[in-house]
Amino acid sequence: MTAVGRQRWLGPAMFLPSVLYIAVLIGVPFVLAILYAFSDARIGTTGIHLVGLENFRSILHSPSFHKAIRNSIVFTLSAQVIVIVCSNILSVALEKPFRGRGFIRFLILLPWVAPVSLGTIGWKWILDSIYSVFSWVLITAHMVKPYAAPMWLGEPHLAMASVVLVHCWRLIPFSTVIMLAGRSAIPKEIPEAAAIDGAGFWRTFFQIRIPIMAPILSVAVLFGIIFTFTDMTVVYILTAGGPFDSTQTLPSLAFATGIQGSDLAAGAAISLFLVPVLVAVAYLMLRVAHRAEVV
Amino acid sequence: MAVVETRNLTKVFKQGELGAVNDVNLVTREGEFLVFLGPSGSGKTTLLRMIAGLETPTSGEILIGGKVVNNLSPRDRRIAMVFQSYALYPHLSVYNNIAFPLKAQKVPKELHRQKVEWAAGLLGIGRLLERKPRELSGGERQRVALARAIVREPAVFLLDEPLSNLDAKLRTAAREELEQFQQRVATTTIYVTHDQVEAMAMGDRVVVMNFGSVRQIGTPAEVYDDPADTFVATFLGSPPMNLVEVGDVIVGFRPEHFFPVAQLAGRAAMPEDLRAVDREGPYFPLSFRVSHEEYLGAERILYGHLEGGRFHQKKAVSRLSSTHAARFESGSVYAFAVTEQRLKFFDREKGVRVPPVLDILRKP
Repeated sequence: MTAVGRQRWLGPAMFLPSVLYIAVLIGVPFVLAILYAFSDARIGTTGIHLVGLENFRSILHSPSFHKAIRNSIVFTLSAQVIVIVCSNILSVALEKPFRGRGFIRFLILLPWVAPVSLGTIGWKWILDSIYSVFSWVLITAHMVKPYAAPMWLGEPHLAMASVVLVHCWRLIPFSTVIMLAGRSAIPKEIPEAAAIDGAGFWRTFFQIRIPIMAPILSVAVLFGIIFTFTDMTVVYILTAGGPFDSTQTLPSLAFATGIQGSDLAAGAAISLFLVPVLVAVAYLMLRVAHRAEVV
Repeated sequence: MAVVETRNLTKVFKQGELGAVNDVNLVTREGEFLVFLGPSGSGKTTLLRMIAGLETPTSGEILIGGKVVNNLSPRDRRIAMVFQSYALYPHLSVYNNIAFPLKAQKVPKELHRQKVEWAAGLLGIGRLLERKPRELSGGERQRVALARAIVREPAVFLLDEPLSNLDAKLRTAAREELEQFQQRVATTTIYVTHDQVEAMAMGDRVVVMNFGSVRQIGTPAEVYDDPADTFVATFLGSPPMNLVEVGDVIVGFRPEHFFPVAQLAGRAAMPEDLRAVDREGPYFPLSFRVSHEEYLGAERILYGHLEGGRFHQKKAVSRLSSTHAARFESGSVYAFAVTEQRLKFFDREKGVRVPPVLDILRKP
């Protein structure tokens, strides 16, 4: 083959694996999900029988679905707020060198590198109704009565709080790393100039650092939204959506309905409600990335 | 307006190592333009940052306006600083960059516009107020940084190599402007640079630093004509002062004071530099073997070796004005001379200036 001929084939050949990967593992399931959402497919059915908008009509009338949407929003927003605040505090604390900083950075990163399911199983044990370490500490400190220890995963509000906090525990390392990178990308003269110009810590933080970090901050937030909105590992392992659907989110409801309840069509229809949110977030991310390049 | 003073100011970054700044004592004068000059690593920027409050001194005191400010944060020192990179806030418009110190210092809001416009007008950037820093040229950014510095009328200006990011032509213009500007506002100014031309041109006085210590403080003429030691003698001037070891002393003379004698006598149209030599009294003759010449337009630089007596084979450089017409062949020896009063003497061990010992030169 001539050099030109080789070049003509080399590009597409290198490109092919990623195209295949996206087409087979993302494209096909996505098309199937859309197809199923308009059909009456159940586990075990062969062939596709379209029923139009029937699935959507029925889930829109389902109380579990309304609850799942509300829970998804609460879960995503509260987790994001906590993650952003905590990772900012951590990045400020970890920016200046001190003895043992490397070790502490390593510890903070651990939750991110540990497999999600294993970490969450650990938490399930920590929050267990009988063996909970938290309850044990509270009881030993005489802050609660031995027989009235909180049921961390068994009371609706506590369960939601537990799910949110465990998810934050997982996401904070990632966000902290992004924030640290963002902070260290600011030339050190800029906060120094602000200090000389008379700005204190808070003014420098909110009027100088945060706006300069805005592009990278929004990347962290958008990634966080995607991770949280589509996550079902934490919810599934800790509470499986209970008690009384109080921690059911869209992905976990889709799984419960479609796979466990074997109503594939309804599950697919529920999961399609994730799409508009994710498309909006993806669009925003691309825009931010573009703007960050220009600056 | 205020006077800045440092007393035994020292900064050691790593214990056991030589300090970045060692035992510096200096006092500015009211409204003075004081330049810290030194090679990179000489501690001049660290010294400035300590005065600004961005570095904590290891020991010693800093006084601004007669008050010890060691424990004051930068914002309480009534200083303004222009950084080498200008450190403009990239997300704020020029207007908001200049107004930032006013906001941070809680100046009443209704005064902001008036003050920003005053500062911008003074620096001729009134038409740029709505732009973002990235839309400005280097020279414009530098002016915005200056406007941000003057807007709250500080007691002291600290400037850290503010011209080094400009191209050569712009730098000369900016230098002149900055100098005039400082005279107009008459605020005590400390200016850090490694560029001797900037230091000589702008400074009322120059503080020459090396290895964290002050080697000499004086007017540009003093540090150039009467260097306190061999470091100052060779750091200032381009090419630097000729230094020739003779016995226990080092004899120094500037290349421009080292002339061919042949043309000293009897020429009516003698170049100005030679007539000056004539007026300066007795001269000391030296034989000079020219090895090569550089023609730099306005001047000619001759490189070579001294010949004969105690000066044999010592390197020397002569700088002549291009109006000087004589031709020099490479490898030939010419009779050169330095007027005696232009010879400087330094201790060979310590490098510091010693009184003239002309006799030592006359010994064979």
